[in-house]
Amino acid sequence: MKKGATDALGSTNCRVLVLRAAGTNCDEETAFAFQSAGAQVERVHVGALLRGERQLDEFSILVIPGGFSYGDDLGAGTVLANQLEARLGAALQEFVASGRLVLGICNGFQVLVRLGLLPGWDDEEKALSLVVNDSGKFEDRWVHLRIDAPHCPFLRASDDAACPDVIRLPVAHKEGRFVVRDAGVVERLRAGGQIAVTYVQPADGPTVRGATASGPESYPANPNGSLEGIAGITNPRGNVLGLMPHPERFLRLLHDPQWTRRRALHGLGDDEATAGDGFRFFDSAVRHVGSVL
Amino acid sequence: MSYWEVEVRWSEPELDPRRAEVLTQIGDLLRSVGGAGDRLRELMISDVYYISGDQLSADVVQKISGALLVDPVAQSLRIVSPSEVRTEPPEPESWIATVVQKPGVMDPIEESFLQGLDDLGVRDVRVRTGARYLLSGDLNDSDRSRIADSVLANPVIQDVFWSGEGPRPEPFRSAAPYVFEKRSVTLDGLSSEELERLSGDLGLSLKLREMEAVRDHFAALGRAPTDVELETLAQTWSEHCCHKTLTSPVHHVSARFPDGNRTENLLKATIVRATQEINAPWCLSVFKDNAGVIAFDDEYGISFKVETHNHPSAIEPYGGAGTGIGGVLRDTLGTGLGAKPIVNTDVFCFGPPDLPASEVPPGALHPLRVLRGVVGGVRDYGNRMGIPTASGAVYFDRRYVGNPIVFCGSVGIIPRDAIDKEVRPGDRIYVVGGRTGRDGIHGATFSSVELTEESETVSSGAVQIGNPITEKKMLDVLLEARRRRLFRCVTDCGAGGLSSAVGEMGEETGARVQLENVPLKYEGLSYWEIWISEAQERIVLAVPPEKAAELEALAQSEEVECTDIGEFTDDRRLVLSFHGSDVCDLSMEFLHGGRPKWVRESLHRSVATEAPDWPRWVGDGDDLGEMLHRLLAAPNIASKEWIIRQYDHEVQGASVLKPIQGVGAGGPGDGVAFLPRLDSHRAIAIGCGMNPCYGDLDPYRMALSAVDEAVRNVVAVGGNPSHTALLDNFCWGNTDRPETLGSLVEAAHGCADAAIAFGTPFVSGKDSLNNEFRVGDETIAIPPTLLLSSVSVVDDARSLVSMDLKMAQSVLVLVGKTYEELGGSHLFQQLAVSDSAQVPDVRLDTAPAVHARVHDAIVAGSVLSCHDLAEGGLAVAIAEMAFAGKVGASIDLRTVEYDGNTVDAAVLFSESNTRYLLEVERSRLPEVRALLGEISHSVIGETQDEPRLRISGLSGEIVVDEGLDGLQSSWRRTLEL
Repeated sequence: MKKGATDALGSTNCRVLVLRAAGTNCDEETAFAFQSAGAQVERVHVGALLRGERQLDEFSILVIPGGFSYGDDLGAGTVLANQLEARLGAALQEFVASGRLVLGICNGFQVLVRLGLLPGWDDEEKALSLVVNDSGKFEDRWVHLRIDAPHCPFLRASDDAACPDVIRLPVAHKEGRFVVRDAGVVERLRAGGQIAVTYVQPADGPTVRGATASGPESYPANPNGSLEGIAGITNPRGNVLGLMPHPERFLRLLHDPQWTRRRALHGLGDDEATAGDGFRFFDSAVRHVGSVL
Repeated sequence: MSYWEVEVRWSEPELDPRRAEVLTQIGDLLRSVGGAGDRLRELMISDVYYISGDQLSADVVQKISGALLVDPVAQSLRIVSPSEVRTEPPEPESWIATVVQKPGVMDPIEESFLQGLDDLGVRDVRVRTGARYLLSGDLNDSDRSRIADSVLANPVIQDVFWSGEGPRPEPFRSAAPYVFEKRSVTLDGLSSEELERLSGDLGLSLKLREMEAVRDHFAALGRAPTDVELETLAQTWSEHCCHKTLTSPVHHVSARFPDGNRTENLLKATIVRATQEINAPWCLSVFKDNAGVIAFDDEYGISFKVETHNHPSAIEPYGGAGTGIGGVLRDTLGTGLGAKPIVNTDVFCFGPPDLPASEVPPGALHPLRVLRGVVGGVRDYGNRMGIPTASGAVYFDRRYVGNPIVFCGSVGIIPRDAIDKEVRPGDRIYVVGGRTGRDGIHGATFSSVELTEESETVSSGAVQIGNPITEKKMLDVLLEARRRRLFRCVTDCGAGGLSSAVGEMGEETGARVQLENVPLKYEGLSYWEIWISEAQERIVLAVPPEKAAELEALAQSEEVECTDIGEFTDDRRLVLSFHGSDVCDLSMEFLHGGRPKWVRESLHRSVATEAPDWPRWVGDGDDLGEMLHRLLAAPNIASKEWIIRQYDHEVQGASVLKPIQGVGAGGPGDGVAFLPRLDSHRAIAIGCGMNPCYGDLDPYRMALSAVDEAVRNVVAVGGNPSHTALLDNFCWGNTDRPETLGSLVEAAHGCADAAIAFGTPFVSGKDSLNNEFRVGDETIAIPPTLLLSSVSVVDDARSLVSMDLKMAQSVLVLVGKTYEELGGSHLFQQLAVSDSAQVPDVRLDTAPAVHARVHDAIVAGSVLSCHDLAEGGLAVAIAEMAFAGKVGASIDLRTVEYDGNTVDAAVLFSESNTRYLLEVERSRLPEVRALLGEISHSVIGETQDEPRLRISGLSGEIVVDEGLDGLQSSWRRTLEL
């Protein structure tokens, strides 16, 4: 029996597909993140979708996690994007049009951009791309990010806490520099409220929720030289989000490089295991699915 | 064959992800051959795709290119049809090199390209890929060919074509097919000299006594061995595969054994004995599998293995180091029924990065080039596999110039019910993963001999070529097959390739392999090349026949090759056939038990220590603050951030204590910690210890020091010293010299004595001998290099501590006593003191309690930060803690418990072992003092808001007063490459 998302009854029935392909390597922790938020998660190899053994519409949320899909041969995310477009294009369009959610992290973001699901415009011509960092290097470092996407279900405030303006997450990539075809692209993204995540200069001291910061910034606050410090965008409707930073790597406070300092100064608190800035991405999406479906 | 060519260019050259690295490599190369490194003025790189097929038209090629080959926002393309004549008149002083795979060599990009074409519905085509480089500058022909051979192309698998010179690329040329001919090698009647020469000529690296044993064995059988039989014996009997020196009888004479000490098996008498005496119940599998396994919790064990990949890294640093990581990861996969890799460790030893080019011996690569290549290799393999590389060290010494050391470690997690494995007669032999090529032929024997100035040119075939995505796919299949129990035994293909893997697995049963069934990367391999190739990313499984179909289906669904190549038998013979002809028939008994053993002579002469001569050493009024800056900037102590950030140390979402700790630019953590299970608070901490400089003076105490440091590293972050396991890696010179073996034997005894005292068992280890570099008549041996790696279980990750100071007005407690022990210290290296002073000792009677009490204090939650005292002693430790936390500190040397001459520099920079510096909240000091109890400790100072480090000397005067930013900048500057 096919289980459609419309069968879902509340967040515990939120079904999440974490897509795997050759070279995907952040699938397990991404699945764990959604599980921690109460979803039912399956890691599914792209082959199972292509062969028709599994269907996209069994799920409410599609996630393309980080890694090096097909070795990033022919360019980051290119082969997987081509595969999804050529062989699952219609199902994917339908999935997005139905209002279900799509999240692309790091290599997944590169795939969504290559696919055109981001920025999600009807243009023939490609508007943007993620190219090699201006440092020329792969780098793993923590960055400060401003969140500005009230319409995006991954980034909404939870019931009991205001969504912070500034959060911290790690990035780990070589090709994350956001570039555009022409200057009009950024204006259009901004006008559409699609610039969801931006690298910003750290406030003094460790992360403070609700802190304000200004951008765009230079290296290392902007770790890759992205135009206007853009780290992640949504489609116009807000149900597709792609970003270079890794929210699944900051679920609990212990992931934070500063956690031993936080413990010394403030204590860890009982909610340590879900108090990381990245947890809300998954929690918020699962709540959204529970509330609308 | 006619073909379309598609060339893809970046709109701006610097957008090319390869460009920065290629430029750096070419600069390093040009400098290393003399002259200016910026002789290359311009570099443009483009990708070239060749497509051949009957159905292709301009429209189709355009469509393919748009969908798969070009990023229209940042790239442009040029399509050349088969009928167009290529004319590329290069500008003056510029050249165009096109690099394509040699005929028959498969390219991973090609596979992805074909996958993409298939997705687009374009079939029945052939594709090849290449890269094109436009070089401009003041380059002569020899510069160009060097750049081509060492940077642009790997001559083992790639050809370089220069536009306007010589032939055009023929990307679809096919390789010459292999014509089968069974070959035997006559040994009977050969003299000793002839046998030795034959061993050298065939690259067997067998000693005379071993060649004689082989000759006599076949003489008794009444036939000559085939080439593949000789090769199999050489691989199995290689130092790399069976550690014949360390498992041999040894007769050792030293000050500690003046009357001589005879052991039948050195390893068993030292390292293994320690583990047996400790007899820890949480040791689940030691010294019998590809990695050691200790208990993690009731359900899981933790495996750990550290390997070396020295000689390949000396010749081709990027490929050598990458396949080093790839190889040790397969050790993890080959442990039990397969452990899942969760952390990589890496420790490197190089020549000085600032070595003048004129001092690099012929045939050796410049240390900086080796360093960049090795780091790049580890980075790309580990990152692409999705395994965090997080723990390590880098050590510099001139003697590593020709023979760098690359240790690659892998930690894994395995269900406790999947640790045991067996092979049964009738099980099918499957090879899973990558295909077999000519790469890595003779790697095992090559790694067992010294390097020479010609190694770079003659041994390039011994370097394997890695593809991490293939290994990742193999990992995914293996772990699922383990879950479903589709196989009974697994071994990785490492040194010796199939010969070692199948030979080992079939030792108790027997095996029969049909070599023609092994999937090949390209045509032209002879049967013996197939058998001993060390092509990467392959594992061998013993599969019950009834599970074979399910295994094949699983592998197919994940796009992984999985091929039946034979079966395990019950006749204890190793039989190989090639298209129906038997080419090898060896008894397992001779293969594994026929190697002759002989007693090795070992001698260690103690180095007499001289009386301290401080006035001469330090001089008058030496500035200790200045010395602190110099030590922080010394390459062995300086920040390794440039390396660390290139590694994805957080993938898998389990990193809870990072290699760089603190705020801002931080400071160096002692150990790192991970959550092997995301759903648990239980963690592991990982550390290492290594002090080659002590080994020159006292290898026994070097070993004690290395064990102590490895234990300190994990205890300092919260690891439990009574649940800590060790790994030993011995990298030494040629142990045929009794003096070289002597220092190794002393170190092995040190390892055992310290491990027993601490209750920290060895669970696995590895040695690599003959690490020497010969130029003409001169041989440069590496210093005795002993790496101790440690892994410790942490009951609750929330009790971990980092090394950065947390707040002002807390107190600083120094635990452990300081002695005047500066032999081999970094202070003496800075002062160029050549006198033989006492190296740091470890007081085995008191040291275990120090580690235990510090652990008690950390678990009690009363320690804000903790740093172990190591290179550079107390001064470096407090400086690092202070700048990492951006919290100032003042300490007074008069409060340090110290035994020695009253010299400030001695107290500040002594590297005495078994010491920790703790930051403690003032209100909790009584509690901490009570927990530390009887062990030596004292309050030596306090923290402050003002961002300075102030140290009062033994006379009461301030001897160091430095700003934290300046100290940190000294620490960060040296290795910003």
